[in-house]
Amino acid sequence: MAGRSSRERGYALYLIPGVLASLAVIVVPLVMTVYVSFTKWTGVGDPRWVGFDNYTRLFGDTLFWQSFGNIGLLVFAMAVIPTLLGLVLAAVLFDYVGKRFGDRWAGLFRSGYYLPQVIPVAVTGIIWSWILHPGYGALNRILEAVGLGGLARNWLGDPDYALYSVMLVMIWFQIGYPVVMFMSGLSRIDPSLYEAADLDGATWWQRFRKITVYMIRPEFYVVLITTTIAALKIFGQVFVLTKGGPSNATLVPSYFAYKNFFEKAQVGYGSAISTVLTVLIVVLAFLFLRLQHRSEELR
Amino acid sequence: MTAVVQPVTKTPGTAAPDAAKHRNPVRWLVLAALLVLLLLLVGPLLVIAVNAVKSPADYAANGPLSFPGSLYWDGIVDFWNRVNFGRKLWNSFIISLVVAVLGVVLSILNAYALGIGRVKGRVWFLVFFLVANLLPQEVLVYPLYYISKEAGLYDSLFAIIIIFTVIQSAFGTYLLTSVYTEFPRELLDAASVDGAGKWRTLWRVVVPVSGPTLAVLFTFFFIWTWNEFFLPLVFLISNDNQTVPVALGVLQGDRMMDATTTSASALIGILPAILFFLIFQRTLTRGIAAGAIK
Repeated sequence: MAGRSSRERGYALYLIPGVLASLAVIVVPLVMTVYVSFTKWTGVGDPRWVGFDNYTRLFGDTLFWQSFGNIGLLVFAMAVIPTLLGLVLAAVLFDYVGKRFGDRWAGLFRSGYYLPQVIPVAVTGIIWSWILHPGYGALNRILEAVGLGGLARNWLGDPDYALYSVMLVMIWFQIGYPVVMFMSGLSRIDPSLYEAADLDGATWWQRFRKITVYMIRPEFYVVLITTTIAALKIFGQVFVLTKGGPSNATLVPSYFAYKNFFEKAQVGYGSAISTVLTVLIVVLAFLFLRLQHRSEELR
Repeated sequence: MTAVVQPVTKTPGTAAPDAAKHRNPVRWLVLAALLVLLLLLVGPLLVIAVNAVKSPADYAANGPLSFPGSLYWDGIVDFWNRVNFGRKLWNSFIISLVVAVLGVVLSILNAYALGIGRVKGRVWFLVFFLVANLLPQEVLVYPLYYISKEAGLYDSLFAIIIIFTVIQSAFGTYLLTSVYTEFPRELLDAASVDGAGKWRTLWRVVVPVSGPTLAVLFTFFFIWTWNEFFLPLVFLISNDNQTVPVALGVLQGDRMMDATTTSASALIGILPAILFFLIFQRTLTRGIAAGAIK
């Protein structure tokens, strides 16, 4: 026993650099932010303790509710739609295109769909603010060219359309990720399952529901968790495309916090916003993980 | 996509010729639908590429959708020189490379203790790294900004390298620990029979055996760090320290950014990403699969 515990102690040494670095970069800043969220602070001088003032102000602030409402729609655009669409696309590519046209075609489509994912977030923002520009943007020019000039809009500058435009950009950006994930999950499935289904006279749709969807549930959960969290954290595209405007139509919590930190010097208020966002993300993630666990136990 | 719902009954003999007749139009319909989607996804990048090599006069005359009359590189060259783009590329490259290397090393050390060493309280450490993974950077940014200012590290590559090394290694530790928990015990026992200590076993046995996973981690860390925007935006404010995404992002809406210059700037932001994608493609697809299994 003594030997084993000294062996364990030996291994603990390897944790020291990681623990020290995590303390400095993650634990201390996290604790400071939570503390500062209970104070009034401009970033200079000493923070002044105000108790729950920032939080009561937050829950009465229409901008706060608006930013969280917007993030709800972005979860739809970044997690729900890409996951469902990606599921169908992956099944079609793997099960139909791969078998009838060859794996080369399936691979080609997969890479093409994934391409937007590799481009830096800020650069995707530049691409789309160019395409959606009311003056010289390609989208309005295309609409005019095909005689639908009446549909041309100031896509990012009109509060009625800005959030929907951002949502479309995010679908464009995200779609490749679930396709790649689901296709790699599908490659695990034993082909004899499909053959058995064929012998039983199952239709494509039945095979899709009963085999494909059932077998790649692990990937399904991973995709849903990671894309939902990515949506809650979104900053780069909003910063480049709209800066949260026009008139806060595309405001999201992360940008709301950024503005309070670095533009308004309301560090306490910004800290309260980011603390609420953090709690929301961590709670959601753990709910997801429990759900995933339970579905695996049922198997 | 509903066009795909087509009976694929394979009762041999009877249905086969009938199905072949039916299958052809569906086959091309599916392919056409997939191609339209591909065009929608890749089209914006093509439009950018076309306009990046178009002269402003050509653009003014023919709009964004025509092919350029002749290739015009001045837009890209002018933009490159004006923002000193070579410097931004170098900053991005150095930051991403150092973070990827250090992040992998830190992940290895943590995962060695947690996955193979099974140190006490390992579950709590893993929960910590999982939560660290989830944290939005907004909840860390202001204290990091404040501390680095106090420490005289603000607006330096050094601070951003340390921060990203730790953030990336939180993910790396989580993933690698699950790999190391399953590490073949025979290999470890054989090494200890040969008289190798923990340090030697780590670098001579564990690291080489887990090479493919480490390559995946390295690739992820490099690309993720390259694409990061929020923290570099806050931390790297001087022109000489900016990374590629920050330099391009903050210029949005600048007066010098007319239509062709903007597409030129977007193109040189896209190209390195596509280059990495081609270089790392195999590791990436393998890695995304590995991420799903954890």
